[in-house]
Amino acid sequence: MNLLTLFRRRPSAPVARERLQVLLAHDRGVVGGSDLIAVLQEEILAVIAKHVALDRDKVQIKLDRGDPVSTLEIDVEVPSLARPRERGLATARP
Amino acid sequence: MAQVVVVTSGKGGVGKTTSTASLGAALAQSGENVVVVDFDVGLRNLDLVMGAERRVVFDLVNVVQGDAKLAQALIRDKRLENLSLLPASQTRDKDALTSEGVERIIGELRERFDWILCDSPAGIERGATLAMRHADQAVVVTNAEVSSVRDSDRIIGLLDSKTEKAEKGGRIDKHLLLTRYDAARASRGEMLKVDDVLEILSIPLLGIIPESQDVLRASNLGAPVTLASPNSAPARAYIEAARRLKGEQIQIILPAAEPRGFLGKLFGRRAVA
Repeated sequence: MNLLTLFRRRPSAPVARERLQVLLAHDRGVVGGSDLIAVLQEEILAVIAKHVALDRDKVQIKLDRGDPVSTLEIDVEVPSLARPRERGLATARP
Repeated sequence: MAQVVVVTSGKGGVGKTTSTASLGAALAQSGENVVVVDFDVGLRNLDLVMGAERRVVFDLVNVVQGDAKLAQALIRDKRLENLSLLPASQTRDKDALTSEGVERIIGELRERFDWILCDSPAGIERGATLAMRHADQAVVVTNAEVSSVRDSDRIIGLLDSKTEKAEKGGRIDKHLLLTRYDAARASRGEMLKVDDVLEILSIPLLGIIPESQDVLRASNLGAPVTLASPNSAPARAYIEAARRLKGEQIQIILPAAEPRGFLGKLFGRRAVA
């Protein structure tokens, strides 16, 4: 580490600060029982399960928590009687 | 055959999580198929050091309790496709882990990966003993400082008695990873020397990781130091340690004390720690 690299590099602490803010907002939500993403995930799956037999092992859930936008992707195999299997994709943006 | 490695220390704050992330990434960078597993239930941090904290859906406890399949809980690294993370739960406590559940998951991980690195929680309680239980090898992370060395000695005792391998009459391979090493302070006699620690603990040395601001920068950015600054001194030390873990014979070179500059002399300490 010399002076040149010291000047060239952007400071990393602001990145750390932003990451912690997003993370802690979520952690506190979980402890307070108000994790919106987790609630959405459960309710979306419950709605689908009302209409089709849902195999929880075949549900793929991808999550990216962010500020101001989080994305929740739920990839479900929806069995169909008339046609071959379709894949439904639900994306929630709270 | 898959290798299960526990990264442990007894004492907290010595660099277990940093070392798990860095060794895991270094092994993956050399082409191995690697998973890093966070056993610190209730106080997880490996996700943060790996930069995957926004993507956690399910965790180790969910898989142990059968609420999620292993494949649903594994998070693949965005930079290295052959590196995965199994996060710990943040909301539960370590009693949520059962011995049978952990054994089953380690068994499933053995079928999918070449290397399974288990990041142990600090202490010698249930979480730490579960993390070491099924290990083939142990990396004992130690600082050159009296309480860390004492705690490492205690952990070595547990590795020789509480692991499955030990109970079956075998011996677990133990390696010493000396972290946060400050060669200048050691040369001034302010810090235990490498030889002192090796003589006291008498297990083979895996590597010496120098104290460096590159490690802090990497954790700020959410990337193992071997990915964030691959040419830095700590990254090179971790990459060599990973090669030794794979069985390569590489000579360990003692980090030399950097000469103190004018400013360092003026203020009685090094300008860049």
